[in-house]
Amino acid sequence: MQIATQVFGIIQFIYLIISFAASFHHFVEIPEEKKMALSSQARTLSQTKSKSRSYLARSQERWGYLFLSPWIIGFLVFTLIPILGTMYFSLTNYSPVTPDQTKFLGFDNYKTMLTDAKVTKSLLVTMNYAILSIPISFIVGLGLAVLVNSKNLAGKNFFRTMFYMPFMIPVVAGALVWSGVMNTQSGWLNLMLESIGIKGPDWLNDPQWIYVALVLIGLWGLGNLMLTLLAGMQGVPTELYEAATIDGANGWHKFMQITLPMISPVIFYNMTLMLIGAFKYFDLAYVLKNGTGQPADATLFYNLNLYKNAFTYNLMGYGSALAWVLFLIVLALTILLFKTANMWVYYGGEGKS
Amino acid sequence: MATRSAVSAPNFTFRQRELVNKILVTSIAMFVLITFIAPLGYMFTTALKSTDQMGDSGAPWYWPFSRKTIEYQGKDLEVYQVPLQDGIHELAILKKTTTETTFVDPQNLDAEPIVWQGNWRKLTPLHVSDPQWQNFKKAWDDLNFPLLFKNSMLIAGFGTLGAVLSAILVAYGFARFEFRGKNLLFLILIATIILPVQATLIPTYLVFAKIGWTNTLLPLIVPHFFANGYNVFLLRQYFMQIPRELDEAAMIDGANPLQVLFQVIIPQSIPAITAVSLFHFFFAWNDFFTPLVYLASSPELWPLSVGLQKFNALYGRLPNLIQTGALITLVLPVTIFFFAQRIFMQGIVFTGVEK
Repeated sequence: MQIATQVFGIIQFIYLIISFAASFHHFVEIPEEKKMALSSQARTLSQTKSKSRSYLARSQERWGYLFLSPWIIGFLVFTLIPILGTMYFSLTNYSPVTPDQTKFLGFDNYKTMLTDAKVTKSLLVTMNYAILSIPISFIVGLGLAVLVNSKNLAGKNFFRTMFYMPFMIPVVAGALVWSGVMNTQSGWLNLMLESIGIKGPDWLNDPQWIYVALVLIGLWGLGNLMLTLLAGMQGVPTELYEAATIDGANGWHKFMQITLPMISPVIFYNMTLMLIGAFKYFDLAYVLKNGTGQPADATLFYNLNLYKNAFTYNLMGYGSALAWVLFLIVLALTILLFKTANMWVYYGGEGKS
Repeated sequence: MATRSAVSAPNFTFRQRELVNKILVTSIAMFVLITFIAPLGYMFTTALKSTDQMGDSGAPWYWPFSRKTIEYQGKDLEVYQVPLQDGIHELAILKKTTTETTFVDPQNLDAEPIVWQGNWRKLTPLHVSDPQWQNFKKAWDDLNFPLLFKNSMLIAGFGTLGAVLSAILVAYGFARFEFRGKNLLFLILIATIILPVQATLIPTYLVFAKIGWTNTLLPLIVPHFFANGYNVFLLRQYFMQIPRELDEAAMIDGANPLQVLFQVIIPQSIPAITAVSLFHFFFAWNDFFTPLVYLASSPELWPLSVGLQKFNALYGRLPNLIQTGALITLVLPVTIFFFAQRIFMQGIVFTGVEK
């Protein structure tokens, strides 16, 4: 049974890689000239005698593996073996406090998860956050990209730099600045709202508003999204816009019909990162609430719950089960996203140079 | 998209309309920017506020102030605005009860004290600008900033060294050599980028604990020496753009692949290597989770990220000092960013999009 699950996991892992391949070669496309250069090289190689070619190939191979060795070793030692280790520990009740009482439990940890209210809660918290933050972050990021791409903007570089800058602020420092800004007594946010006659909420202590607060704080990390979208927009061939202008399209139409489809690979790339990011979410929730998960477990993100189980309660077996499920969730989401990709992501590879 | 302006009257020339659009869009951007970075204004001003001001709801919010006082017979008296028959006067409180307050006039200390009927609590206190520069000294000492800084430097410095060296080697391998399984290996490499660290955390932690590496900096440094997918991907993309003719020329001169790497590829890739180094440095500098896990019981090894969080947990009631702490923590990364701004922005652009 255990082996079957492991095999199943590995198959899924390989599936992930293949689905990644399917879309990723678009990101790493080889330019036409280079392809020609490569094929001419291949031709020269095939023209030489077979003996010397195999010597060349073997030498290539040896050097290749040699240069790759740091990563191959790292992958085995720090990724592959630990993932299997997580699988193994998840079937036990291992705790570093009482290692001699370790027992093999089979799938008991997974069964416990199904009835563990904290797990359900942490999944809800994570999904709540993802549903709220992804669309808002995306729209704001896109808006910023459009703004700093506008031909009417003076001092483009200044604005690009400044909008990107908060991304460089350490998460802990940023979290503390924002928790000050959102303070109900001395914070500027509520003072500002008060000045226009709105009584601001208790951002960080209200189980509903905390999500809005987290999304607002997250806006400081939009620099990357903005810049990648911007780069995508700048890569759209101007002829397309010119043709559309001749056809009488207005700015909004051009944006919806040309810009968005043309930058859809960048959007896809960012969507994937954001969705997976929600399941990796930890730092902000931990710093704002000192790891308590308050108010009313509203910041008990999946990862925070995992961390608490494994490192606060020392339930490493159970923590491993949580980690393995996290891995499967991320895997499933990635596969799902890549499956939907060909419905809305436009890879117009041909005409590019 | 925002080019459509309200001004479309025919008597405007194209040039004028363009200018109006420019002013309009730039003002919008300025407004958005000010909103976006207003929290930094909060941080700066709060960092310099006194603890008294934090608890004083009557104090203005926008600047560090303290109550205006005057010295009178060896005592500090607070100055208030007092409405008297002949207008509002600035007077210092000498004696106060709920119904009657005695003031002295700061302009004329020798005059008779003025008695005013009314509740002094209803009066407006006066404030003077008074930035508390000593907050920096206090936060610096209480945080033990030099120690945290040193630890962050060690972690990020060695981590970056290892990450960049190993990524250069691996990226070179992927960019320039043909071998069996290359594509599969590359895809695995890309897949590791999205792998959550938690998936490997517990066994890795247990192994590090077994060999006595927990509560040392080693688990935070050593794994960086094994090339991460993100850095390799970036460098490989760059290396592939370097013409192979350069390698071949060096090889004809008798260079082996390692010499080609050091004499051709690396000198050609300084911008990319700098970008990757900076990215990785910040990634390691800002990392919070890994040190939290591995250094939980060793305060003397905490980097800034963990140190600042614990400082917050401890000083939650002193918001001004928290802001001072946040300020001194973000100064270095933000300064480096402004100096190396060009490298960063280019680096992102060539990471994020197919090129």
